[in-house]
Amino acid sequence: MRIEADQICVDYNGSVALYDASLHLPPGCICGLVGMNGAGKSTLFKALTGFVRPSRGRIRINGMRVAEAQREQAVAYVPQSESIDCGFPISVWDVVMMGRYGAMNLLRIPRQSDRIAVRDALQRVELLELRQRPIGTLSGGQRKRAFLARAIAQRASVLLLDEPFNGVDVRTEKLMAELFLQFRDEGRTILISTHDLSHVRAFCDLVVLINKTVLAYGETSEVFTPENLALTFGGLPPNLLSGPSSSEEGPT
Amino acid sequence: MSAWLLEPLSHDFMVRALLISALVGGVCGLLSCYMTLKGWALMGDAVSHAVLPGVVLAYALGLPFSLGAFVFGVGSVATIGFVKQKSRIKEDTVIGLVFTGFFALGLVLVSKTRSNIDLTHILFGNVLGITASDIQQTLLISAAVAAVLLILRRDLLLFCFDPTHARSIGINTGMLHYLLLSVLSLAAVAGLQTVGIILVVAMLVTPGATAYLLTDRFDHMSLLAITSSVLSSLLGVIISYWSDSSTAGCIVLVQTGLFLLAFLLAPRHGIFKRGGDIGA
Repeated sequence: MRIEADQICVDYNGSVALYDASLHLPPGCICGLVGMNGAGKSTLFKALTGFVRPSRGRIRINGMRVAEAQREQAVAYVPQSESIDCGFPISVWDVVMMGRYGAMNLLRIPRQSDRIAVRDALQRVELLELRQRPIGTLSGGQRKRAFLARAIAQRASVLLLDEPFNGVDVRTEKLMAELFLQFRDEGRTILISTHDLSHVRAFCDLVVLINKTVLAYGETSEVFTPENLALTFGGLPPNLLSGPSSSEEGPT
Repeated sequence: MSAWLLEPLSHDFMVRALLISALVGGVCGLLSCYMTLKGWALMGDAVSHAVLPGVVLAYALGLPFSLGAFVFGVGSVATIGFVKQKSRIKEDTVIGLVFTGFFALGLVLVSKTRSNIDLTHILFGNVLGITASDIQQTLLISAAVAAVLLILRRDLLLFCFDPTHARSIGINTGMLHYLLLSVLSLAAVAGLQTVGIILVVAMLVTPGATAYLLTDRFDHMSLLAITSSVLSSLLGVIISYWSDSSTAGCIVLVQTGLFLLAFLLAPRHGIFKRGGDIGA
Protein backbone atom coordinates (compact mmCIF):
# COMPACT_ATOMS: atom_id res chain seq x y z
CA MET A 1 0.00 0.00 0.00
CA ARG A 2 1.16 3.55 -0.76
CA ILE A 3 -0.89 5.20 1.95
CA GLU A 4 -2.19 3.41 5.03
CA ALA A 5 -4.04 5.44 7.60
CA ASP A 6 -5.69 3.58 10.44
CA GLN A 7 -8.12 5.22 12.84
CA ILE A 8 -6.47 8.62 12.75
CA CYS A 9 -7.61 11.20 15.30
CA VAL A 10 -6.45 14.80 15.16
CA ASP A 11 -7.50 17.50 17.56
CA TYR A 12 -6.42 21.12 17.91
CA ASN A 13 -6.48 22.32 21.52
CA GLY A 14 -9.36 20.03 22.36
CA SER A 15 -11.54 20.60 19.28
CA VAL A 16 -11.75 17.50 17.13
CA ALA A 17 -10.79 17.97 13.48
CA LEU A 18 -10.73 14.31 12.47
CA TYR A 19 -11.63 11.09 14.27
CA ASP A 20 -11.31 7.42 13.42
CA ALA A 21 -10.33 8.20 9.84
CA SER A 22 -9.08 5.13 7.97
CA LEU A 23 -7.87 5.00 4.42
CA HIS A 24 -5.83 2.57 2.31
CA LEU A 25 -4.60 3.61 -1.12
CA PRO A 26 -2.64 1.35 -3.50
CA PRO A 27 0.19 2.44 -5.83
CA GLY A 28 -0.94 3.88 -9.14
CA CYS A 29 -4.30 5.43 -8.46
CA ILE A 30 -6.05 8.77 -8.56
CA CYS A 31 -8.20 9.36 -5.54
CA GLY A 32 -10.58 12.23 -4.94
CA LEU A 33 -10.92 13.57 -1.41
CA VAL A 34 -14.37 15.09 -1.17
CA GLY A 35 -15.87 17.04 1.71
CA MET A 36 -17.17 20.40 2.76
CA ASN A 37 -14.98 23.21 4.05
CA GLY A 38 -13.91 22.29 7.55
CA ALA A 39 -14.63 18.60 6.97
CA GLY A 40 -11.00 17.74 7.69
CA LYS A 41 -9.50 17.58 4.19
CA SER A 42 -6.60 19.86 4.97
CA THR A 43 -6.18 18.24 8.38
CA LEU A 44 -5.76 14.86 6.69
CA PHE A 45 -3.19 16.41 4.35
CA LYS A 46 -1.39 17.95 7.32
CA ALA A 47 -1.26 14.56 9.02
CA LEU A 48 0.11 12.93 5.87
CA THR A 49 2.79 15.63 5.46
CA GLY A 50 3.75 15.50 9.13
CA PHE A 51 2.50 18.99 9.94
CA VAL A 52 0.22 17.72 12.68
CA ARG A 53 0.74 14.62 14.72
CA PRO A 54 -2.38 12.49 15.15
CA SER A 55 -3.33 12.06 18.80
CA ARG A 56 -4.28 8.48 17.99
CA GLY A 57 -3.96 6.11 15.07
CA ARG A 58 -1.24 5.05 12.68
CA ILE A 59 -0.04 6.37 9.34
CA ARG A 60 2.28 4.50 6.99
CA ILE A 61 3.48 5.75 3.63
CA ASN A 62 5.19 3.13 1.47
CA GLY A 63 5.26 1.11 4.69
CA MET A 64 7.27 3.82 6.49
CA ARG A 65 6.41 6.19 9.28
CA VAL A 66 5.71 9.77 8.11
CA ALA A 67 9.10 11.12 9.24
CA GLU A 68 10.95 8.38 7.36
CA ALA A 69 8.79 8.86 4.28
CA GLN A 70 9.65 12.58 4.38
CA ARG A 71 13.35 11.82 4.44
CA GLU A 72 12.85 9.50 1.45
CA GLN A 73 11.12 12.38 -0.40
CA ALA A 74 8.05 10.17 -0.79
CA VAL A 75 5.38 12.83 -0.24
CA ALA A 76 4.87 15.99 -2.28
CA TYR A 77 2.32 18.61 -1.36
CA VAL A 78 0.94 20.93 -4.04
CA PRO A 79 -0.60 23.95 -2.26
CA GLN A 80 -3.52 26.08 -3.31
CA SER A 81 -1.74 28.89 -5.07
CA GLU A 82 -3.80 31.39 -3.06
CA SER A 83 -1.94 30.28 0.05
CA ILE A 84 1.39 31.39 -1.43
CA ASP A 85 2.84 34.90 -1.10
CA CYS A 86 2.90 36.01 -4.74
CA GLY A 87 5.22 38.92 -4.10
CA PHE A 88 7.97 36.56 -3.05
CA PRO A 89 11.18 37.41 -4.91
CA ILE A 90 11.96 34.06 -6.48
CA SER A 91 11.81 32.71 -10.02
CA VAL A 92 9.82 29.77 -11.36
CA TRP A 93 13.09 27.86 -11.71
CA ASP A 94 13.94 28.45 -8.03
CA VAL A 95 10.50 27.27 -6.93
CA VAL A 96 10.84 24.01 -8.84
CA MET A 97 14.41 23.59 -7.57
CA MET A 98 12.96 23.59 -4.04
CA GLY A 99 11.58 20.18 -4.91
CA ARG A 100 15.17 18.92 -5.03
CA TYR A 101 16.32 20.32 -1.66
CA GLY A 102 15.64 17.09 0.18
CA ALA A 103 18.04 15.26 -2.14
CA MET A 104 20.80 17.85 -1.78
CA ASN A 105 23.47 18.45 0.87
CA LEU A 106 23.10 20.97 3.69
CA LEU A 107 24.05 23.98 1.57
CA ARG A 108 21.50 22.97 -1.11
CA ILE A 109 23.88 23.52 -3.99
CA PRO A 110 22.31 22.02 -7.14
CA ARG A 111 24.21 19.35 -9.05
CA GLN A 112 23.81 18.60 -12.73
CA SER A 113 21.27 15.88 -11.95
CA ASP A 114 19.14 18.36 -10.00
CA ARG A 115 19.17 20.83 -12.87
CA ILE A 116 18.12 18.07 -15.28
CA ALA A 117 15.27 17.03 -12.98
CA VAL A 118 14.05 20.64 -12.78
CA ARG A 119 14.30 21.14 -16.54
CA ASP A 120 12.40 17.91 -17.23
CA ALA A 121 9.69 18.83 -14.74
CA LEU A 122 9.26 22.29 -16.25
CA GLN A 123 9.02 20.73 -19.68
CA ARG A 124 6.28 18.36 -18.58
CA VAL A 125 4.12 21.21 -17.27
CA GLU A 126 4.98 23.37 -20.32
CA LEU A 127 6.60 26.18 -18.35
CA LEU A 128 10.20 25.87 -19.50
CA GLU A 129 10.18 29.14 -21.43
CA LEU A 130 8.88 31.03 -18.36
CA ARG A 131 11.52 29.63 -15.98
CA GLN A 132 13.23 32.96 -15.27
CA ARG A 133 9.98 34.80 -14.51
CA PRO A 134 9.25 35.80 -10.89
CA ILE A 135 6.60 33.44 -9.54
CA GLY A 136 4.25 36.36 -8.86
CA THR A 137 4.04 37.36 -12.53
CA LEU A 138 2.48 34.03 -13.54
CA SER A 139 -1.23 33.50 -14.00
CA GLY A 140 -3.09 31.34 -11.48
CA GLY A 141 -2.99 28.31 -13.74
CA GLN A 142 0.69 28.71 -14.57
CA ARG A 143 1.49 29.08 -10.89
CA LYS A 144 -0.34 25.87 -10.15
CA ARG A 145 1.67 24.11 -12.85
CA ALA A 146 4.89 25.46 -11.31
CA PHE A 147 4.03 23.82 -8.00
CA LEU A 148 3.11 20.62 -9.82
CA ALA A 149 6.54 20.76 -11.49
CA ARG A 150 8.10 21.03 -8.04
CA ALA A 151 6.35 17.81 -7.04
CA ILE A 152 7.55 16.13 -10.26
CA ALA A 153 11.12 17.28 -9.65
CA GLN A 154 10.90 15.83 -6.15
CA ARG A 155 10.10 12.41 -7.70
CA ALA A 156 7.58 11.76 -4.95
CA SER A 157 5.49 8.61 -5.08
CA VAL A 158 2.59 10.25 -3.23
CA LEU A 159 1.17 13.55 -4.44
CA LEU A 160 -1.25 15.55 -2.32
CA LEU A 161 -3.06 18.27 -4.26
CA ASP A 162 -5.15 20.92 -2.54
CA GLU A 163 -8.02 22.05 -4.80
CA PRO A 164 -5.88 21.79 -7.96
CA PHE A 165 -8.65 22.90 -10.32
CA ASN A 166 -9.62 26.06 -8.42
CA GLY A 167 -9.39 29.07 -10.70
CA VAL A 168 -7.29 27.51 -13.45
CA ASP A 169 -7.56 28.09 -17.18
CA VAL A 170 -8.77 25.41 -19.61
CA ARG A 171 -5.28 24.67 -20.89
CA THR A 172 -3.96 24.05 -17.38
CA GLU A 173 -6.94 21.91 -16.45
CA LYS A 174 -6.48 19.69 -19.51
CA LEU A 175 -2.73 19.45 -19.00
CA MET A 176 -3.10 18.58 -15.32
CA ALA A 177 -5.67 15.88 -16.07
CA GLU A 178 -3.27 14.33 -18.62
CA LEU A 179 -0.38 14.53 -16.16
CA PHE A 180 -2.43 12.83 -13.42
CA LEU A 181 -3.10 9.90 -15.76
CA GLN A 182 0.63 9.70 -16.57
CA PHE A 183 1.50 9.79 -12.86
CA ARG A 184 -0.92 6.92 -12.26
CA ASP A 185 0.74 4.89 -15.02
CA GLU A 186 4.11 5.64 -13.40
CA GLY A 187 2.80 4.02 -10.21
CA ARG A 188 2.32 7.19 -8.21
CA THR A 189 -0.64 7.72 -5.93
CA ILE A 190 -2.45 11.01 -6.29
CA LEU A 191 -4.80 12.32 -3.66
CA ILE A 192 -6.83 15.32 -4.83
CA SER A 193 -8.89 17.36 -2.41
CA THR A 194 -11.81 18.99 -4.16
CA HIS A 195 -15.39 20.02 -3.75
CA ASP A 196 -16.06 19.80 -7.49
CA LEU A 197 -17.77 16.45 -8.04
CA SER A 198 -17.58 16.60 -11.83
CA HIS A 199 -13.78 16.35 -11.72
CA VAL A 200 -14.02 13.35 -9.46
CA ARG A 201 -16.37 11.58 -11.85
CA ALA A 202 -14.19 12.52 -14.80
CA PHE A 203 -10.96 10.84 -13.76
CA CYS A 204 -10.73 9.62 -10.19
CA ASP A 205 -10.46 5.84 -9.78
CA LEU A 206 -11.22 6.01 -6.11
CA VAL A 207 -13.00 8.50 -3.93
CA VAL A 208 -12.91 9.26 -0.22
CA LEU A 209 -15.88 11.02 1.31
CA ILE A 210 -14.97 12.88 4.45
CA ASN A 211 -16.84 14.74 7.15
CA LYS A 212 -14.74 14.77 10.33
CA THR A 213 -14.16 11.09 9.60
CA VAL A 214 -13.99 8.91 6.50
CA LEU A 215 -17.64 8.25 5.65
CA ALA A 216 -16.91 5.98 2.70
CA TYR A 217 -14.13 5.14 0.34
CA GLY A 218 -13.71 2.90 -2.66
CA GLU A 219 -14.40 2.80 -6.39
CA THR A 220 -15.91 6.07 -7.53
CA SER A 221 -18.93 4.38 -9.14
CA GLU A 222 -19.78 2.51 -5.94
CA VAL A 223 -19.14 5.28 -3.43
CA PHE A 224 -20.79 8.13 -5.32
CA THR A 225 -24.32 7.34 -4.26
CA PRO A 226 -26.87 10.03 -3.40
CA GLU A 227 -27.04 8.70 0.18
CA ASN A 228 -23.28 8.96 0.70
CA LEU A 229 -23.12 12.39 -0.85
CA ALA A 230 -25.99 13.57 1.33
CA LEU A 231 -24.05 12.36 4.37
CA THR A 232 -20.92 14.14 3.17
CA PHE A 233 -22.62 17.42 2.52
CA GLY A 234 -24.86 17.36 5.56
CA GLY A 235 -28.11 16.45 3.84
CA LEU A 236 -28.00 19.09 1.14
CA PRO A 237 -28.53 17.86 -2.42
CA PRO A 238 -25.04 17.54 -3.87
CA ASN A 239 -25.93 19.07 -7.22
CA LEU A 240 -26.31 22.36 -5.39
CA LEU A 241 -22.81 22.09 -4.03
CA SER A 242 -20.89 20.81 -6.99
CA GLY A 243 -20.51 24.19 -8.65
CA PRO A 244 -21.78 25.50 -11.95
CA SER A 245 -19.43 23.40 -14.12
CA SER A 246 -21.22 20.18 -13.19
CA SER A 247 -24.77 21.40 -12.89
CA GLU A 248 -25.77 19.68 -16.12
CA GLU A 249 -25.06 16.21 -14.76
CA GLY A 250 -26.87 15.56 -11.49
CA PRO A 251 -25.99 12.46 -9.51
CA THR A 252 -29.36 10.77 -9.69
CA MET B 1 34.07 66.11 -0.31
CA SER B 2 37.15 64.00 0.45
CA ALA B 3 37.87 66.14 3.51
CA TRP B 4 34.28 65.62 4.54
CA LEU B 5 34.84 61.87 4.40
CA LEU B 6 38.43 61.74 5.65
CA GLU B 7 38.53 64.16 8.55
CA PRO B 8 36.36 61.97 10.79
CA LEU B 9 38.83 59.12 10.19
CA SER B 10 41.53 61.02 12.09
CA HIS B 11 39.72 60.16 15.32
CA ASP B 12 40.04 56.63 16.66
CA PHE B 13 36.55 56.66 18.10
CA MET B 14 35.17 57.56 14.67
CA VAL B 15 37.04 54.73 12.96
CA ARG B 16 35.70 52.28 15.53
CA ALA B 17 32.20 53.66 15.17
CA LEU B 18 32.29 53.42 11.40
CA LEU B 19 33.61 49.85 11.40
CA ILE B 20 31.18 48.57 14.02
CA SER B 21 28.13 50.26 12.58
CA ALA B 22 29.00 49.05 9.09
CA LEU B 23 29.41 45.47 10.36
CA VAL B 24 26.20 45.54 12.35
CA GLY B 25 24.46 47.22 9.44
CA GLY B 26 25.56 44.49 7.05
CA VAL B 27 24.43 41.65 9.31
CA CYS B 28 21.11 43.28 10.17
CA GLY B 29 20.62 44.12 6.50
CA LEU B 30 20.91 40.46 5.52
CA LEU B 31 18.55 39.41 8.31
CA SER B 32 16.07 42.12 7.38
CA CYS B 33 15.37 40.29 4.10
CA TYR B 34 14.00 37.31 6.01
CA MET B 35 12.14 39.53 8.49
CA THR B 36 10.28 41.41 5.75
CA LEU B 37 9.52 38.28 3.72
CA LYS B 38 8.38 36.32 6.75
CA GLY B 39 6.34 39.24 8.08
CA TRP B 40 8.20 39.38 11.37
CA ALA B 41 8.75 43.13 11.66
CA LEU B 42 6.62 43.34 14.80
CA MET B 43 8.51 40.37 16.22
CA GLY B 44 11.77 42.28 15.65
CA ASP B 45 10.37 45.27 17.48
CA ALA B 46 9.24 43.04 20.35
CA VAL B 47 12.53 41.20 20.76
CA SER B 48 14.60 44.37 20.64
CA HIS B 49 12.53 46.01 23.40
CA ALA B 50 12.35 42.86 25.50
CA VAL B 51 16.14 42.63 25.87
CA LEU B 52 16.27 45.69 28.15
CA PRO B 53 15.91 43.84 31.49
CA GLY B 54 18.54 41.37 30.32
CA VAL B 55 21.01 44.14 29.60
CA VAL B 56 20.41 45.77 32.98
CA LEU B 57 20.71 42.51 34.93
CA ALA B 58 23.86 41.52 33.06
CA TYR B 59 25.51 44.84 33.91
CA ALA B 60 24.44 44.53 37.54
CA LEU B 61 25.83 40.99 37.77
CA GLY B 62 29.01 41.80 35.87
CA LEU B 63 28.20 39.47 32.99
CA PRO B 64 28.59 40.25 29.28
CA PHE B 65 25.56 42.37 28.40
CA SER B 66 24.93 40.36 25.25
CA LEU B 67 24.37 37.21 27.29
CA GLY B 68 21.64 38.84 29.36
CA ALA B 69 20.09 40.40 26.28
CA PHE B 70 20.05 37.10 24.43
CA VAL B 71 18.41 35.24 27.31
CA PHE B 72 15.65 37.83 27.57
CA GLY B 73 15.26 38.08 23.80
CA VAL B 74 14.69 34.35 23.49
CA GLY B 75 12.64 34.40 26.69
CA SER B 76 10.27 37.00 25.26
CA VAL B 77 9.82 34.93 22.10
CA ALA B 78 9.09 31.82 24.13
CA THR B 79 6.62 33.76 26.28
CA ILE B 80 4.85 35.10 23.19
CA GLY B 81 4.62 31.59 21.74
CA PHE B 82 3.34 30.15 25.00
CA VAL B 83 0.65 32.79 25.64
CA LYS B 84 -0.52 32.61 22.03
CA GLN B 85 -0.83 28.83 22.16
CA LYS B 86 -2.56 28.69 25.53
CA SER B 87 -5.04 31.52 25.08
CA ARG B 88 -7.51 32.85 22.55
CA ILE B 89 -5.67 36.16 22.16
CA LYS B 90 -4.42 37.06 18.68
CA GLU B 91 -0.70 37.08 18.03
CA ASP B 92 -0.17 40.81 17.45
CA THR B 93 -1.90 41.56 20.74
CA VAL B 94 0.24 39.01 22.56
CA ILE B 95 3.38 40.52 21.03
CA GLY B 96 2.41 44.05 22.08
CA LEU B 97 1.54 42.86 25.55
CA VAL B 98 4.67 40.81 26.19
CA PHE B 99 7.30 43.19 24.89
CA THR B 100 5.98 46.21 26.73
CA GLY B 101 5.87 44.13 29.90
CA PHE B 102 9.51 43.15 29.50
CA PHE B 103 10.49 46.71 28.58
CA ALA B 104 8.71 48.12 31.62
CA LEU B 105 10.49 45.58 33.81
CA GLY B 106 13.77 46.83 32.35
CA LEU B 107 12.92 50.45 33.13
CA VAL B 108 12.13 49.61 36.74
CA LEU B 109 15.31 47.56 37.06
CA VAL B 110 17.41 50.43 35.74
CA SER B 111 16.11 52.74 38.41
CA LYS B 112 16.44 50.10 41.14
CA THR B 113 19.92 48.71 40.45
CA ARG B 114 22.88 50.68 41.71
CA SER B 115 25.10 50.80 38.68
CA ASN B 116 26.53 53.29 36.27
CA ILE B 117 24.30 52.23 33.42
CA ASP B 118 23.30 55.14 31.26
CA LEU B 119 19.77 54.40 30.15
CA THR B 120 20.01 56.75 27.19
CA HIS B 121 22.96 54.76 25.82
CA ILE B 122 20.90 51.58 25.84
CA LEU B 123 17.80 53.22 24.44
CA PHE B 124 19.45 55.37 21.80
CA GLY B 125 22.81 53.71 21.20
CA ASN B 126 26.32 54.88 21.95
CA VAL B 127 28.42 53.82 19.02
CA LEU B 128 30.83 56.74 19.45
CA GLY B 129 31.75 55.58 22.93
CA ILE B 130 31.89 51.86 22.23
CA THR B 131 34.34 49.94 24.46
CA ALA B 132 36.82 47.25 23.51
CA SER B 133 34.79 44.49 25.17
CA ASP B 134 31.64 45.71 23.42
CA ILE B 135 33.48 45.48 20.11
CA GLN B 136 34.57 41.91 20.87
CA GLN B 137 31.02 40.86 21.68
CA THR B 138 29.65 42.56 18.61
CA LEU B 139 32.21 40.85 16.38
CA LEU B 140 31.34 37.43 17.81
CA ILE B 141 27.59 38.01 17.51
CA SER B 142 27.86 39.30 13.96
CA ALA B 143 29.97 36.35 12.90
CA ALA B 144 27.49 33.88 14.42
CA VAL B 145 24.47 35.54 12.82
CA ALA B 146 26.15 35.80 9.42
CA ALA B 147 27.28 32.16 9.55
CA VAL B 148 23.78 30.86 10.32
CA LEU B 149 22.16 33.03 7.66
CA LEU B 150 24.68 32.10 4.98
CA ILE B 151 24.80 28.36 5.66
CA LEU B 152 21.04 27.98 5.93
CA ARG B 153 20.04 30.66 3.45
CA ARG B 154 18.17 28.35 1.09
CA ASP B 155 16.39 26.48 3.87
CA LEU B 156 15.39 29.74 5.54
CA LEU B 157 14.14 31.09 2.23
CA LEU B 158 12.05 27.97 1.70
CA PHE B 159 10.82 28.22 5.30
CA CYS B 160 9.63 31.79 4.63
CA PHE B 161 8.11 30.92 1.26
CA ASP B 162 6.37 27.59 1.81
CA PRO B 163 6.80 25.96 5.24
CA THR B 164 4.39 23.16 4.33
CA HIS B 165 6.62 22.00 1.49
CA ALA B 166 9.68 22.38 3.71
CA ARG B 167 8.09 20.11 6.29
CA SER B 168 6.90 17.58 3.73
CA ILE B 169 10.43 17.04 2.40
CA GLY B 170 11.75 16.41 5.90
CA ILE B 171 13.18 19.82 6.82
CA ASN B 172 12.79 20.53 10.53
CA THR B 173 10.70 23.70 10.31
CA GLY B 174 10.28 23.98 14.09
CA MET B 175 14.06 24.11 14.44
CA LEU B 176 14.31 26.74 11.68
CA HIS B 177 11.61 28.82 13.37
CA TYR B 178 13.47 28.99 16.66
CA LEU B 179 16.83 29.34 15.00
CA LEU B 180 15.62 32.38 13.07
CA LEU B 181 14.18 33.85 16.27
CA SER B 182 17.47 33.24 18.10
CA VAL B 183 19.37 34.90 15.29
CA LEU B 184 16.90 37.78 15.52
CA SER B 185 17.63 38.14 19.25
CA LEU B 186 21.37 38.15 18.57
CA ALA B 187 21.07 40.70 15.80
CA ALA B 188 18.90 42.90 18.02
CA VAL B 189 21.66 42.78 20.63
CA ALA B 190 24.25 43.77 18.04
CA GLY B 191 21.98 46.47 16.66
CA LEU B 192 21.34 48.07 20.01
CA GLN B 193 25.07 48.86 20.21
CA THR B 194 24.81 51.16 17.25
CA VAL B 195 21.30 52.58 17.22
CA GLY B 196 19.87 51.52 20.58
CA ILE B 197 16.80 49.58 21.55
CA ILE B 198 14.25 52.07 20.25
CA LEU B 199 15.51 52.22 16.69
CA VAL B 200 16.97 48.75 16.22
CA VAL B 201 13.81 47.57 14.48
CA ALA B 202 14.67 49.96 11.64
CA MET B 203 17.93 48.06 11.10
CA LEU B 204 15.92 44.83 11.02
CA VAL B 205 13.23 45.99 8.59
CA THR B 206 14.10 49.02 6.46
CA PRO B 207 16.98 47.65 4.33
CA GLY B 208 14.96 44.55 3.45
CA ALA B 209 11.92 46.65 2.55
CA THR B 210 14.03 48.96 0.38
CA ALA B 211 15.64 46.04 -1.46
CA TYR B 212 12.28 44.30 -1.88
CA LEU B 213 11.04 47.25 -3.93
CA LEU B 214 14.04 47.07 -6.23
CA THR B 215 14.20 43.45 -7.35
CA ASP B 216 12.33 40.19 -7.85
CA ARG B 217 15.32 37.96 -7.11
CA PHE B 218 16.26 36.99 -3.58
CA ASP B 219 20.02 36.99 -4.26
CA HIS B 220 19.84 40.56 -5.53
CA MET B 221 17.55 41.50 -2.68
CA SER B 222 20.01 40.34 -0.03
CA LEU B 223 22.94 42.09 -1.73
CA LEU B 224 20.94 45.31 -2.10
CA ALA B 225 19.77 45.15 1.51
CA ILE B 226 23.31 44.66 2.81
CA THR B 227 24.64 47.44 0.58
CA SER B 228 21.97 49.96 1.53
CA SER B 229 22.33 49.08 5.20
CA VAL B 230 26.14 49.41 5.26
CA LEU B 231 25.94 52.63 3.28
CA SER B 232 23.34 54.06 5.67
CA SER B 233 25.49 53.20 8.67
CA LEU B 234 28.61 54.83 7.22
CA LEU B 235 26.83 57.92 5.94
CA GLY B 236 24.78 58.21 9.12
CA VAL B 237 27.85 58.17 11.37
CA ILE B 238 29.65 60.77 9.23
CA ILE B 239 26.61 63.03 8.99
CA SER B 240 26.15 62.86 12.75
CA TYR B 241 29.82 63.86 13.18
CA TRP B 242 29.46 66.97 11.04
CA SER B 243 26.01 67.92 12.20
CA ASP B 244 26.73 67.06 15.84
CA SER B 245 23.43 65.21 16.12
CA SER B 246 22.23 61.79 17.28
CA THR B 247 24.17 59.02 15.53
CA ALA B 248 21.32 56.54 15.74
CA GLY B 249 18.93 59.12 14.39
CA CYS B 250 21.21 59.91 11.45
CA ILE B 251 21.75 56.24 10.53
CA VAL B 252 18.04 55.47 10.56
CA LEU B 253 17.21 58.69 8.73
CA VAL B 254 19.57 57.76 5.90
CA GLN B 255 17.96 54.31 5.77
CA THR B 256 14.52 55.88 5.62
CA GLY B 257 15.72 58.26 2.92
CA LEU B 258 16.97 55.36 0.81
CA PHE B 259 13.65 53.61 1.30
CA LEU B 260 11.77 56.72 0.15
CA LEU B 261 13.95 56.89 -2.96
CA ALA B 262 13.13 53.26 -3.76
CA PHE B 263 9.48 53.82 -2.94
CA LEU B 264 9.28 56.67 -5.41
CA LEU B 265 11.70 55.61 -8.12
CA ALA B 266 11.97 51.80 -8.13
CA PRO B 267 11.73 50.67 -11.77
CA ARG B 268 9.01 48.03 -11.32
CA HIS B 269 7.55 48.49 -7.85
CA GLY B 270 7.95 52.24 -7.23
CA ILE B 271 5.15 54.79 -7.36
CA PHE B 272 6.52 56.38 -10.53
CA LYS B 273 7.35 53.06 -12.16
CA ARG B 274 8.36 53.04 -15.78
CA GLY B 275 6.98 50.72 -18.43
CA GLY B 276 4.13 48.23 -18.12
CA ASP B 277 3.26 46.64 -14.84
CA ILE B 278 3.07 42.86 -14.98
CA GLY B 279 1.36 41.06 -12.17
CA ALA B 280 0.48 42.28 -8.72
